[in-house]
Amino acid sequence: MSSATSAHSVVEPSARTKRIAGIIVVLYAVITMVPLAWIFMTSFKSPPDSISYPPKVVFTPTLEGYCNLFTTRTRQTPEYIQSLGPPQSICDEITRGRNMVIAGPSNYWPRFTNSMVIAFGSTFLAVFLGTLAAYGFSRFRVPLADDLLFFILSTRMMPPIAVAIPIYLMYRELGLSDTALGMILLYTAVNISLAVWLLKGFIDEIPREYEEAAMIDGYTRLQAFRKVVLPQATTGIAATAIFCLIFAWNEYAFAVLLTSGSAQTAPPFIPTIIGEGGMDWPAVAAGTTIFLVPILVFTILLRNQLLRGITFGAVRK
Amino acid sequence: MKESFDFLPVGRPARKRPGGPAAERRFANLKVKSVINSDTTILEKSAKHAVTSTPVSLARRIGGLSDRAIAWLFITPTIALLLAINIFPLIWAIRLSFTNYRANRPNAVLENVGLQNYHRVLTDSDIWIAMQTTAHFVFWTILLQTLIGFSLAYLIDRKFRGHAFWTTVILIPMMLSPAVVGNFWRFLYQPQIGLFNYIVSYVTGVPPSSFEMLGSVSLAPWSIIIVDTWMWTPYVMLICLAGLRSIPDYIYEAAEVDRASAWRQFWSITIPMALPFIMLAVLFRGIENFKMFDMVMLLTGGGPGSTTEVASITLKREAFESWRTGRASAFAIILFVAVFGLANVYVKALNKVKQR
Repeated sequence: MSSATSAHSVVEPSARTKRIAGIIVVLYAVITMVPLAWIFMTSFKSPPDSISYPPKVVFTPTLEGYCNLFTTRTRQTPEYIQSLGPPQSICDEITRGRNMVIAGPSNYWPRFTNSMVIAFGSTFLAVFLGTLAAYGFSRFRVPLADDLLFFILSTRMMPPIAVAIPIYLMYRELGLSDTALGMILLYTAVNISLAVWLLKGFIDEIPREYEEAAMIDGYTRLQAFRKVVLPQATTGIAATAIFCLIFAWNEYAFAVLLTSGSAQTAPPFIPTIIGEGGMDWPAVAAGTTIFLVPILVFTILLRNQLLRGITFGAVRK
Repeated sequence: MKESFDFLPVGRPARKRPGGPAAERRFANLKVKSVINSDTTILEKSAKHAVTSTPVSLARRIGGLSDRAIAWLFITPTIALLLAINIFPLIWAIRLSFTNYRANRPNAVLENVGLQNYHRVLTDSDIWIAMQTTAHFVFWTILLQTLIGFSLAYLIDRKFRGHAFWTTVILIPMMLSPAVVGNFWRFLYQPQIGLFNYIVSYVTGVPPSSFEMLGSVSLAPWSIIIVDTWMWTPYVMLICLAGLRSIPDYIYEAAEVDRASAWRQFWSITIPMALPFIMLAVLFRGIENFKMFDMVMLLTGGGPGSTTEVASITLKREAFESWRTGRASAFAIILFVAVFGLANVYVKALNKVKQR
């Protein structure tokens, strides 16, 4: 790179460097998206298309995967199916085409609902408690503050299975096994370390003078916190909430060990979707697609805060 | 846009909190701050005036609860929750690790066995094999992710048109659920029908059904390394990118004036200055992959045989399949101490590099 040819500054890369860098990065991005694109495509394939060789890139899209995901079906004789009235829905029609009738809803929707209840419940609690604690650590002289903050972080370093052993025993004693409440408390405890660390960083950035001015105007400390600090910290609180939400949404180890039925979340459930004679890959792909879409949306919303979130606030823009 | 860097998160606190500004003290002490801070604002001047002309008792009444009370009111719930859900169970696990307790026989008589569980764990050859498997996994994933991640960050930092958009696209895999990722890669790895085998055979010419990524002893460890690298390279990339962007332009300008070659600039400026960030990424990935459970569980379940049985999977089998709770607890404590110890040593090194 010769300094004489560059237009703006000596450190600005040349146009050729930029173009080559761009091509390599775009190539990597496209390759990295192939598995996700494949899962998305598979969710619209029929079961025979999904396991054909060579793998089919061009195929007739069908909603069979999504129908199979949300229903359970039983095999019937063609005569019986003939005797039924006209199909009630598109899924009904697809299912009859396979000589089956819909027997009832599958467990996917309840599991998905569990995921939502547990993720939102634990996020709310973690962010609520985390904001209070972060404000406390940020604004007051707390004895042993550094030790307490380090203790809060260290709870996150434990391998989940190691934590799960005593939690399993404790929940069995307390009757919290396989309950949404138990999972919400557990995820709150895991997420609160992230919440406190991130929010402390965000609140540290709000000048103390704002609150002090408000308090001179007659606000109490609590009013100043509610009416001055909280509105200023909204972005930080939202980003933290999304991180907590994503963790709780994605979590598998605790979920598979501590839930089995009524409180089971989607991640342990999706791998258990099985069709007739082996895995029903289109249904699995459909379940995966529906499960991943919220995360894609959140990733795009969060893109400017990601760095901070994944490093517990250690690196910030 | 410059990134600031703060190493507090792990290990002994590296930095003292900025010396006690006024808000931590009583309202009545506010004037102390305006003395400390030279840039006194009109607000602070009026505050000073208000303080000096207001009796202390009135100031207290305005403050409502005392700051001390509010501080404890705010922090206690978090500490209480962590004590109940993290520390109490941990102490329970330590207690169990000295007994022969089995969770599937809750009514059996509890017997104290002293350090026997620890002795058994540390001399068990299966557990050492699992530790080796984990080390192999951690080593290769970190090496690949650091190399690819740093290269990508370096290329993105060339600031070509649209780099922000493509960065977001690259980041997507790391936000997904490892369990769900493991499950759908199992589909891509299917020997006959899987896309991965098809692409490999298309590129290399070997028949797609001649190798099984998940079923063969030699390939299974690499199958989990590939998926982990696919998923977590963006993570390393993002942190490296922050490191590259933290290097001020004037250093490169000075090097340019001194006619340092691009190669020389890379090794004498870019690498040393980005090193703390790279090490931070390695630290986080190291801890996470040492604990790795969900992705491997869904991909191979530790198989074939026990070729991909990383430490967490061994622990799960010991605790929830063999139900040797006491011994599993001992293993869990050993793992925890290991993660904690390694992280501490590493953070010390990290702080040394940062101070250089």
